[in-house]
Amino acid sequence: MAKTLVIQPVTRIEGHAKVTIQLNDAGNVDTARVNIIELRGFERFCMGRPVEDMPRITPRICGVCPWSHHLASAKACDAVFGVTPPPAGAKLRELCNSIAYMEEHILHFYVLAGADFLLGPDAPYSVRNVIGVLQAAPEVAQRVVKVRHMCAKMLETLAGKAIHPQAAVPGGFSKPLSKDERDKLRKQADEALELAKFSIAFAKENVFPKYLDVVKSLAVINTGFIGTVKADGALNLYDGNLRLMTPSGTYQDFPYDKYTDYIAEHIESWSYLKFPYAKQWGEGFSMDTDGPKGVYRANTLARINVCDYIDTPLANAELEEFRKNFGRPAQLTLLYHWARLIELLYNAENAIRLLDDPDITSLETRVKVTPRAARGVGCTEAPRGTLIHDYETDADGLVTNVNLIVGTTHNNAPINMSVTQAAKSLIKDGQYDQGVLNTVEMSIRAYDPCFSCATHRLDGKLSVKLDIFNADGKLVDTLAN
Amino acid sequence: MAARLAEEWFAICGGCEVTILDIGEPLLDVLKQVEIVHMPVLMDHKLFGQTGEDAEMAIPAADVGLISGGVRSDEHKKLAQEMRKKCKFLIALGSCACYGGIPALANTFSTEELLEKVYRGCVTTEKNGLPCEQIPTLTDRVYAIQEVVPVDAFLPGCPTTPEMVANALIALLEGKPLPPLANKSVCDECPTRREKKAVSILKRRFEGAEFVPGAPLTEMRCLMEQGILCHGPATRAGCGGSEGTPRCIRAYMPCEGCFGPLTEKANPMVDMMGALSSIGLDPKQIPDRAATFNRFSGAGRLRPIPAKR
Repeated sequence: MAKTLVIQPVTRIEGHAKVTIQLNDAGNVDTARVNIIELRGFERFCMGRPVEDMPRITPRICGVCPWSHHLASAKACDAVFGVTPPPAGAKLRELCNSIAYMEEHILHFYVLAGADFLLGPDAPYSVRNVIGVLQAAPEVAQRVVKVRHMCAKMLETLAGKAIHPQAAVPGGFSKPLSKDERDKLRKQADEALELAKFSIAFAKENVFPKYLDVVKSLAVINTGFIGTVKADGALNLYDGNLRLMTPSGTYQDFPYDKYTDYIAEHIESWSYLKFPYAKQWGEGFSMDTDGPKGVYRANTLARINVCDYIDTPLANAELEEFRKNFGRPAQLTLLYHWARLIELLYNAENAIRLLDDPDITSLETRVKVTPRAARGVGCTEAPRGTLIHDYETDADGLVTNVNLIVGTTHNNAPINMSVTQAAKSLIKDGQYDQGVLNTVEMSIRAYDPCFSCATHRLDGKLSVKLDIFNADGKLVDTLAN
Repeated sequence: MAARLAEEWFAICGGCEVTILDIGEPLLDVLKQVEIVHMPVLMDHKLFGQTGEDAEMAIPAADVGLISGGVRSDEHKKLAQEMRKKCKFLIALGSCACYGGIPALANTFSTEELLEKVYRGCVTTEKNGLPCEQIPTLTDRVYAIQEVVPVDAFLPGCPTTPEMVANALIALLEGKPLPPLANKSVCDECPTRREKKAVSILKRRFEGAEFVPGAPLTEMRCLMEQGILCHGPATRAGCGGSEGTPRCIRAYMPCEGCFGPLTEKANPMVDMMGALSSIGLDPKQIPDRAATFNRFSGAGRLRPIPAKR
């Protein structure tokens, strides 16, 4: 009775993926894989374009986190041109980043993943969605829709356009913020903070305790982590050093333009998506759930694990409580949701802090730039994880090479491991139903993956072998699948 | 009776789906009147049955269908046909579905060339050819939805606007025709001051606009006349919604053409060359004019550049 189960599409995530589970004769799981089935090829068609167009083109990689691509791209342009934006330019960018984060984290917790917790993983699929949430908790849903919409409006005030913006330009930000606009935004930020405070309190009371058993058992794996921290170890989502943490919690900080010394990518046969790993650990790569090698995770839980503290008081208090409960680094996969709500709180506090900063209304928001042949790396923390844009240009400032490593790509190996763990523990003797398969999908949703982001590129290996390459692209090992 | 709604997404970024959520509070009223039968981003209906055991992909019958994204794989093609079969009224949502959008910039390369470039960068030791089991095969280029199946209405924009989506859905729920698309250009809704003469040669777009911060936009000189390439003349109006002012202009940035061409058959390249010349600018200064002027409308308008060039 060996057979193949295909969950297609994986739902309530961004972008396209399917899960292929191979059952053996006994009805148990042989392999479980997340196949990434979309690709668009941004790296290729960006070549030859004026580099200043990159912050306009690359947000189209992802309409859910367009600001992350927009800002990573603008930062890469800064580096290509060799300029530093004036304080107001950098702070306006960071403010937009924090507002976009709030919008995105609210979306994920309440609209995409929330139904699994508020209605239960086994609820019929026709109600296990945002409409079901709307009926089950109308007041919460109404508030969520209102604040999300308000965040989009705040971004329009700052940048004219909330999705696929143009305002971050090489050298800064195109639109200064007037004092009137600032005052309006400040009131809106207060309202967002209230929702952030409500959300984590609500989840700690009504969601997490109820699902503690699931949190402790579903999709549990042991990996390292990556995230961005300031020089003093504080969490930062716009700028800082990268910190790569081993599964045991030791770590190393490095400037993000040195990422190729620390991270390598390899290729799998059955996915269009590459698998980054920590080459710097010198142990190679393996997705064995019992003893992974080189595997690290990105996104909320990773950032919450790698930072020493959070420099806003409410979020830091939550971080301390979280660490008391789960240690550092916390490994349980479903804790991504909890970490997401801590970040929601941080971003609300950070937005208020930036709006209270007198620099924010300065008229000096950008510096002039001059084309040159150069390489420039830009990095931000996208909601889905560390996002790297790496461009090379010729003397006219036309793009000659592009490399992009996006948040979800870092999590490719961990997501596959989590799905394998979940499928093996949930499907036994050929027994499964739609609730079980949805629970397998929950292990993907925890990572809030964005396969639109991840599949901007055209690559992929098409055999049924696993090839491991060193940083120079040389084949060092081949494993039969 | 709630109207049944189905949504699919193909070569996408998800921005148009987020735009639906950005409708805000009116969304709650709309949601009360619709029954979503298929929409991967929001609900769990699966294509091959809920436990994945069906042989053919199927979408439930629906009154209204939305498709975002262009067609980039054989699977997208099949799904577009299935959506057309099951939906009484089919809407192309966003510029990718309407005109190919940014992903159709890839249409200046053949698929073989695209993959060849990529493989050269990746691995040289194996020549396994092209996809492959478990992964859909790429089409030869990006197609707009109406190149594959007939479409009943278009909601362009990258992304489209919450207002346009809300107005369309509300009209359909009330059994009324959809509001027509604007029959004018972005320039017709742009408040900046125009004197029909450029005051500079064409600049690179890393050079900022001249403006007085805080002053009304009516006092800012037309960006094109400042020498900043703006796609307003060849782009359909509508992005500014009831406020009117185009979205990018609000940030002192030029229109990038995301609402697509003025009409279905328009040639944005010809329109833009004319607009530039008429105020004394030289379009030949712009490298890669085809992909620049068709940035959002490459499906059917962009094709691989001949090898000898």
